[in-house]
Amino acid sequence: MCTVCGCETDHHYDHDHHREEPRAGQRLTVEEDILGRNNRIAARNRALFAGKGVFVLNLVSSPGSGKTTLLERTLADLAGRHRCAVVEGDQQTDNDAVRIAATGVPVKQVNTGAGCHLDAHMICHAVEGFDLDGLDLLFIENVGNLVCPAAFDLGEAHKVVVLSVTEGEDKPLKYPQMFHNSDVMLLNKTDLLPHLDFDVARCREMARRVNPGITIFELSARTGEGMGAWYGWLAARVGKR
Amino acid sequence: MHELSLTQNIVEICERAAAGRNVLSVTLEIGELSGVMPDAVEFCFEACAHGTVLESASLRIEQVGGLGRCNGCGAETAVKSWFDPCRECGGYGLEIVRGEELRVKELEVA
Repeated sequence: MCTVCGCETDHHYDHDHHREEPRAGQRLTVEEDILGRNNRIAARNRALFAGKGVFVLNLVSSPGSGKTTLLERTLADLAGRHRCAVVEGDQQTDNDAVRIAATGVPVKQVNTGAGCHLDAHMICHAVEGFDLDGLDLLFIENVGNLVCPAAFDLGEAHKVVVLSVTEGEDKPLKYPQMFHNSDVMLLNKTDLLPHLDFDVARCREMARRVNPGITIFELSARTGEGMGAWYGWLAARVGKR
Repeated sequence: MHELSLTQNIVEICERAAAGRNVLSVTLEIGELSGVMPDAVEFCFEACAHGTVLESASLRIEQVGGLGRCNGCGAETAVKSWFDPCRECGGYGLEIVRGEELRVKELEVA
């Protein structure tokens, strides 16, 4: 049996709701949150990370926004400053994990198969192989999908949504739950702005309409422009939890 | 399509509550801001319930309308989306006080 989340195998059942034996034709009041199991495991993950002093970020975006390139650059630039690890979520392949491993940082690939998102249970097992006592910062790269991962708390400190300027500037309005649930927006690939009609001010305004408190950084993971402010944001938080 | 995994959760919750009895009906509460499509849950329910005590259960979905409270003026506004403005002052960033529900409300067992 898993000692972290208490699961038997892939599925586990909570035994904290002891009910009376139902009678025939009976109406049973259940009032149970459909995401309750995920949220309970996420709370346990969060407590584990807090206890070990690991700052955990859940990177979400549509496919192709540049999450992996952003991570490669971030990990290379932060080497020697923060001790990092990465959980990579994709439906199939370990291509991203191979890229991350090349930076020398511990990485665990999670393949969700038919699943469109990571959940808290996957994360509690994905981190089993990491020495959490020796980590400052854990990045979870979620499955590229601006819809489903919004609903699943993994136990992270913050969701960080990555939006690239090759996408529409109205993505925050089209996928509002994700931008509402994220505390940081990284506007990536800004080196391409001279070639595009992307309106940065309009994008910022739409993101703030969905989430007035969202912190926005404009950067290019390819050229490194703007990455310093992102690192500053990280440095102010790592080790403080 | 996270409705599939959510529907698997629904079936697990109902199986525990039913304790082996056949389930006649399931009532869910789904908020309009939950990001979950009732049609997709209905679509997944038949597949997920197959071979369980929920196999012949009917599914009732009660949709819960969104309600936001303005952090600026305190007014409450019925909302359809995360970025609807306050009806009183026009401000954005309403605190959602209702509409994110995803709950198994009740069961009827045979």
